[in-house]
Amino acid sequence: MIKAILVFNNHGKPRLSKFYQHFPEDMQQQIIKETFQLVSKRDDNVCNFLEGGSLIGGSDYKLIYRHYATLYFVFCVDSSESELGILDLIQVFVETLDKCFENVCELDLIFHVDKVHYILNELVMGGMVLETNMTEILTRIEEQNKMEKQEAGIAAAPARAVSAMKNMNIPQQIKDMKLPDLPQAIKDLKF
Amino acid sequence: MALKKVKGNIERMFDKNLTDLVRGIRNNKENEAKYISECMEDIKQELRQDNLSVKSNAIAKLTYLQMLGYDISWAGFNIIEVMSSSKFTLKRIGYLAASQSFHCDSELLMLTTNMIRKELNSQNQYEAGLALTSLSCYISTDLARDLANDILTLLSSTKPYIRKKAVLMMYKVFLKYPEALRPAFPRLKEKLEDPDPGVQSAAVNVVCELARKNPKNYLSLAPVFFKLMTTSTNNWMLIKIIKLFGALTPLEPRLGKKLIEPLTNLIHSTSAMSLLYECINTVIAVLISISSGMPNHAASIQLCVQKLRILIEDSDQNLKYLGLLAMSKILKTHPKSVQAHKDLILQCLEDKDESIRLRALDLLYGMVSKKNLMEIVKKLMVHMDKAEGTVYRDELLSKIILICSQNNYQFITNFEWYITVLVELAQMEFGSKQGHVIGAQLMDVCIRVPAIRQFAVTEMAQLLDVYTSTSQFTIMQEVLYAAAWLCGEFIADLKNPEQTLQSMLKYKALPQHIESVFIQNILKVLAHVLEIYEAKEQYDEMCALCDQVIDKMNDSIKSGELEVQERASNTLIIMKILQEEITAGKNHQSMRIMDSDDPLDTKPSETIVAEFLSLFNGELNPVAPKAQKKVPIPEGLDLDAQIYDEPVEESDSDSEPDSRENLFIKTDRLRSGNTIVYQPEPTEEEIKKSREARKQEQLNNPHYLKSDSIDSNTSANTENVDGVPVAELALSVPLKTFGEKRSDKYLAMNTDTKKSKKKSKKKKKYKSESSSDENADVGPVIEIKRGMELPEGATLSDSESDHDKKDDLHKALDIDLTSNTVPNDYGMPDVPTGVEHLGGSVGNDVKKEKSHSKKKSKGDKEKSAKKNDKSKKALKEPKEDNLLGLDSDAEKQQADKKPKKTKKEKKDKKKAKDKETYYNHPYCRCDHKS
Repeated sequence: MIKAILVFNNHGKPRLSKFYQHFPEDMQQQIIKETFQLVSKRDDNVCNFLEGGSLIGGSDYKLIYRHYATLYFVFCVDSSESELGILDLIQVFVETLDKCFENVCELDLIFHVDKVHYILNELVMGGMVLETNMTEILTRIEEQNKMEKQEAGIAAAPARAVSAMKNMNIPQQIKDMKLPDLPQAIKDLKF
Repeated sequence: MALKKVKGNIERMFDKNLTDLVRGIRNNKENEAKYISECMEDIKQELRQDNLSVKSNAIAKLTYLQMLGYDISWAGFNIIEVMSSSKFTLKRIGYLAASQSFHCDSELLMLTTNMIRKELNSQNQYEAGLALTSLSCYISTDLARDLANDILTLLSSTKPYIRKKAVLMMYKVFLKYPEALRPAFPRLKEKLEDPDPGVQSAAVNVVCELARKNPKNYLSLAPVFFKLMTTSTNNWMLIKIIKLFGALTPLEPRLGKKLIEPLTNLIHSTSAMSLLYECINTVIAVLISISSGMPNHAASIQLCVQKLRILIEDSDQNLKYLGLLAMSKILKTHPKSVQAHKDLILQCLEDKDESIRLRALDLLYGMVSKKNLMEIVKKLMVHMDKAEGTVYRDELLSKIILICSQNNYQFITNFEWYITVLVELAQMEFGSKQGHVIGAQLMDVCIRVPAIRQFAVTEMAQLLDVYTSTSQFTIMQEVLYAAAWLCGEFIADLKNPEQTLQSMLKYKALPQHIESVFIQNILKVLAHVLEIYEAKEQYDEMCALCDQVIDKMNDSIKSGELEVQERASNTLIIMKILQEEITAGKNHQSMRIMDSDDPLDTKPSETIVAEFLSLFNGELNPVAPKAQKKVPIPEGLDLDAQIYDEPVEESDSDSEPDSRENLFIKTDRLRSGNTIVYQPEPTEEEIKKSREARKQEQLNNPHYLKSDSIDSNTSANTENVDGVPVAELALSVPLKTFGEKRSDKYLAMNTDTKKSKKKSKKKKKYKSESSSDENADVGPVIEIKRGMELPEGATLSDSESDHDKKDDLHKALDIDLTSNTVPNDYGMPDVPTGVEHLGGSVGNDVKKEKSHSKKKSKGDKEKSAKKNDKSKKALKEPKEDNLLGLDSDAEKQQADKKPKKTKKEKKDKKKAKDKETYYNHPYCRCDHKS
């Protein structure tokens, strides 16, 4: 069983946290912190297995992680999972992200954490490996995205326009516009 | 109305969405908390609106904040609202938020039952899949019970996507609602042979999880899995199956025999490292479970070790780590085959990766022999100097001690060396618990190895000396505990007891338990020193010493700790009595000098010092761990009787037990071990008698070494030790150079003695020792006390394990699935679970069945069970050996077909490789090196 899947960056900022066993939020943060401390002090050329996370699991549990550029992908698993298998699963996960986001980088995970969750849900369900075949995973994700698009249809067009506008930071500009002159102008109009 | 909608939409446009939130947080790094609390207010506003899409936007933001550590359980109801949306996009957001924040104790879950049921039965497979995924994160007992039937129906959905998810979901249902397991099991079993590989692999996954906790119930599935193993090409699934077999083989050795061949074939043929590794692991498990009777037993073990060596030699640190991990499993049963790769393991100790070094350390345990122990420990000591971080240092320390003390110090030939190592260790920095380990080890060695006591006590006295005289010198305080105790206990072996007494008297602020040990042992040392002075009739010195002790005790009596206070005041009283007697003796002496012609005069104070000494008589032996519990209550001792009469009542004999007696029972029972507490102090004679009696008992007790043999041995061995020239050399010179590696010298000397021994063998032709063991000629045999003290008649038994913790969650799932008396709660037909075609796979099925059927109250069910019994009995005998349910003929046929098949399969595989992406990844696919 997989107990938790954590993604955080080189500074320990969480980018994705998925716990398959309930922990209260503060405990989750502690676990992320502890895991980051354990993982971050290891060189890149050492093995990817780690024992000794005290907060999560116990002796039966292992941390299996991979480090990609600025991100750590950490899986906390028990002895029923194959260590090398999980390493490959992480690889599948990252490759899928790469396909879905087209050259994934940390920013994609930052701004689309919900999508990352949806992708992960096609790989792992309730702590058990659901699917490892990448083409299968990709078709499923693709089909669900299509459903969303259909639903959005025309209604989504204005929203998209707005988000494009937001990207230009127009709300701020609108706010910054000086409007108080206008009422005065109306008053000044003499009938 | 339409206007309202438009208005809502326009408002919505300027709401913050998730991207804005993330961007905002990034732009407000200085006052993040403030910014987020502002956003929370916005979110609360949005949640109050009617528009579901506004709400879903808020929930999406909340989900993000949840990841940052904010509790969002207050929005649970809104999450459910969003979940109930008819739009997939919004629903998705709701279900994601639910899976992140709900848990099985959430009360809100009650509200979701019908909604989720509707979703599960949705025509759209993605909606049902969404509900399943989300539900798997927070399913509660109620939900499991209410939805079990719906999920079970999904198992026969036409869409593999749904089947796959439903299969995995069933496991979660079982965990929360174990009653569902029995009726659902036949369906689950069917899924093992589902046409879709994904569903198949999910089913394997679930059964593996179930079988891991309660393997015996799943033995009946072995044939199905065996078939899967030999036909499947999905490495992910194969790994799971092979892992499962690893759990099953300890229960059924016949299965193991069957497995060896296909597994070794796989080991030879596979190019996927992960599969290879799991195969090796399972072969190891098989070999452990089969104790004997395997023709190619040695060959398989050899194969495993060889393959593991390849893994360990690989440049990939992951493979190295796993190789070492698997080696340690082999080590337990086949130490010899691992020892052949000692070079490799020692090399791994030098690795830069801590995880790998730790694994290699585990293996060292089996690598040591009398010859190389010193060398290995020296290496570890070098590591200790280099190591950073206490975790690794602590591990090194405990491994050094474990290696040296294994099998009652089997491999130690020179105990002086060992003591020196321990003393060196005592001066290094460790975590707080480690001092205790070293101290306990020092005490253990000294108690068990009488020959080393003199050396050890001298060392300990040295430690105490240095500790009290210098302040810079660091030593672990827990070691001082051992040092003080040993000096007190074996004071007779000390050359200069007075100096030791002086340094012990100088103790500074110590933890209370150590301080009390100091006080106690100062008394012991004092007794010994007084005896010496008395023999010389130096009464003034005696008085001076007593004064010193009294001074120190006057300090200690002010201690805040009760234990220290009590001991100090005890000591003070004893000292006062002593002092009186000594001054009396002194006066007497001066009198005697005056009229020196009185020859018949006896020394009056002799009695008092002798009596003082007798306080500390008797040797202390190691006590067995459970001895305390086993002390029988002596006859005539009534633990319930009051030992203290209430002052109101005047009567002093056999008063009736007080009504408050149960207040005392607990403490009395605890103390049942040292009942002496209530007895008057034994006189010298009594002590002698009881000691005689004890010796007699020890003679009859098989757990003791015979006393006379001890005596002869010790004397012989002390000579033996002294006979080694090394020992004496080591004593004088290096003792005072602390901080240097004194233990290294023993290593050099060890090689010297070896050489000299070889020479002497050639020249003088010593009596060659008869044993051919390589260990035999390395150094003298030193007698080690192996026994442990137990009360008479008691024996050590493993049965009384102190704690037997088990996973309660999985205990409930320990259900005998082979019986087919299924309570028909789910409207499913009574499907026999295939006991018939399994033959005698589970030998004691019949018994189980009977006991099981007894529990069932309904008569008709009993009947069916009995019928089943009969049919099984009939089938059981002829197929006794046919564990895997393959008829022997069929097997032969298969065997004949195999070679042809494999060729075909290989072709198929190649094709499959091109098509499928199962094999797309380094470890699981194929040659990971490529």
